Amino acid sequence: MLSSIVTFTRRRATLVLLCALSLLALSGPVAAAEAKQKFKIAWTIYVGWVPWDYGETSGIIKKWADKYGIEIEVVQLNDYVESINQYTAGAFDGCVMTNMDALTIPAAGGVDSTALIVGSFSNGNDGIILKRKSDLAAIKGQSVNLVELSVSHYLLARALESIGSSEKDITVVNTSDADIVSAAAAKDVTALVTWNPQLAEIVKMPDTHIVYDSAKTPGEIIDLMVVNTGTLAANPAFGKAMAGAWYEIMSIMTQNDAAGLAVRTTLGTVSGTDLAGYDSQLKTTRLFSSAADAVAFAQSADVQKTMKSVAKFSFEHGLLGEGASSEDFIGVGYPGGAVTGDKANVKFRFDDTYMKMAAEHKL
Amino acid sequence: MKRLINLQPPRICAVMLALLPFVFAFFAYVSFSNERLMANPNDKLLPAMSSFGAAIERMALVPSKRSGELLWWVDTASSLRRLGTAVVISSAIGLVVGIALGALPLVSAGMSPFVASLSMIPPMAVLPILFIVFGLGELSKVVLIVFGIAPVIARDIQGRVREIPRELIVKAQTLGASTWLVILRVVLPLALPRLIDAVRLSLGAAWLFLIAAEAIAATDGLGYRIFLVRRYLAMDVILPYVLWITVLAFTMDRLLRFLGRKAFPWHHAGASV
Repeated sequence: MLSSIVTFTRRRATLVLLCALSLLALSGPVAAAEAKQKFKIAWTIYVGWVPWDYGETSGIIKKWADKYGIEIEVVQLNDYVESINQYTAGAFDGCVMTNMDALTIPAAGGVDSTALIVGSFSNGNDGIILKRKSDLAAIKGQSVNLVELSVSHYLLARALESIGSSEKDITVVNTSDADIVSAAAAKDVTALVTWNPQLAEIVKMPDTHIVYDSAKTPGEIIDLMVVNTGTLAANPAFGKAMAGAWYEIMSIMTQNDAAGLAVRTTLGTVSGTDLAGYDSQLKTTRLFSSAADAVAFAQSADVQKTMKSVAKFSFEHGLLGEGASSEDFIGVGYPGGAVTGDKANVKFRFDDTYMKMAAEHKL
Repeated sequence: MKRLINLQPPRICAVMLALLPFVFAFFAYVSFSNERLMANPNDKLLPAMSSFGAAIERMALVPSKRSGELLWWVDTASSLRRLGTAVVISSAIGLVVGIALGALPLVSAGMSPFVASLSMIPPMAVLPILFIVFGLGELSKVVLIVFGIAPVIARDIQGRVREIPRELIVKAQTLGASTWLVILRVVLPLALPRLIDAVRLSLGAAWLFLIAAEAIAATDGLGYRIFLVRRYLAMDVILPYVLWITVLAFTMDRLLRFLGRKAFPWHHAGASV
């Protein structure tokens, strides 16, 4: 009896080993950069990113993908951080994100990433709100509700810096962006940092004041389409199709004719608001609708200065990983070959190649 | 009879069989992790065992640079305090309401459908209301858990009380017991062991609501830490925390079972749950 069960167990162990081996064989190489036909990109809802949805539903992305003989699948995710995590894990070839998250999630995770399209920057879309007070200095001593370690946290750090204060003077309460509007309604919540559309919802409440916003630090919270550097290098067609599609979408949606209004109405609905709501969010966004503007911005020295400041904040909050010895641990590359941080460890790159092609009508 | 349902594994075999899935999971993890780390040494998704060791040491043994606290233990203490408070309150509510509903037809007629409806409301769906009524501090986190598990416990106790043989109640009355005495001497001793079981079964849900509450707004706690470091995909911290939560939950379950057996030996005569 005993021996038969022991044999059974041994046999089962062999079986388990076989299963494990076959799983291993199935999984194949991870994130290998090779020429391929099918690409997947992910997007989440934000004023500067919903145009990707229009590109998908209108067939513009398919048109450009067909032109270069590839397929691009566009997937909407509900959770922003999850979408970046999925991209970092290798489930997507490209994903929308901010410059700070690109540095702290994929780049810090060793996934070499490229900002293929510099879409826009926040010019008032992120803000600090106080209840019953209209002066930023009144924030000292308060508990501040925000998504910790996000661009909101960065904005708060910049704001505190501007009044000669620091995070020591406040208490940060990590609050989910999905629940921050209902949190704002609670009596014991007196200070918040968030972005649109939540920001617009909260200031509708009585006696709430925006005491600081991203328009005071323009160009520091940049919204990008980030793609895997290896995949892009092996598949220039992917970059060309994406850039071509994006600037065609831009040229249609920014018009004030019937077609442009129709597109923005749809985008408003997708974002959970309407045409007026979407247009008001666009007002606090510096959207680079022309490729030439985006190229000029990507080449400007301001971006390097911003990335240094973001790297400093990220390092101080442990976001560059435990292995990071200084804020210069991860290198960031810029058009023209400039690098900030470690030149031997460049994991995040601003690349204007494809935006330039779009600007020069070479796509 | 040599049939599959009659085959009992010898004790040593049973232990091995029990360990097997754990060992398999461990080796599957290590092989997948090695593979990903081979392709990208900085991969954060499936860190190596050594990274877990470093992360646990950093969180549990080295004071945090920013606050000087041992984060692992601070998080554990906060979470256990919230969970403990909520479970004690829920048990008290569940026991009192459950007995009242089960033993008193008048109360049952008036309140039973209401409690049943209440227990069907997904607590996460009424979060904005909880925030406005109870604020965003410790209270709302405890209330979320209580709201989630107390009605379930109450209904379980109610069911148990209704299962008490009518003869027992009648017998106590013929011996002269008042309503109060019947509840105290017949209903309560039969309901208490069931309370332990109901709490054990609710613990899973209680943890779920605790993690959810801490993910939404908090400054410490196990759920807070997991959702915070998720922002930069620090699986080297998340996975040990998940394992730790499992260990804590398992220990609590075993402690409750032990308590139930010690306190109510009559209930467990012959049973092996």
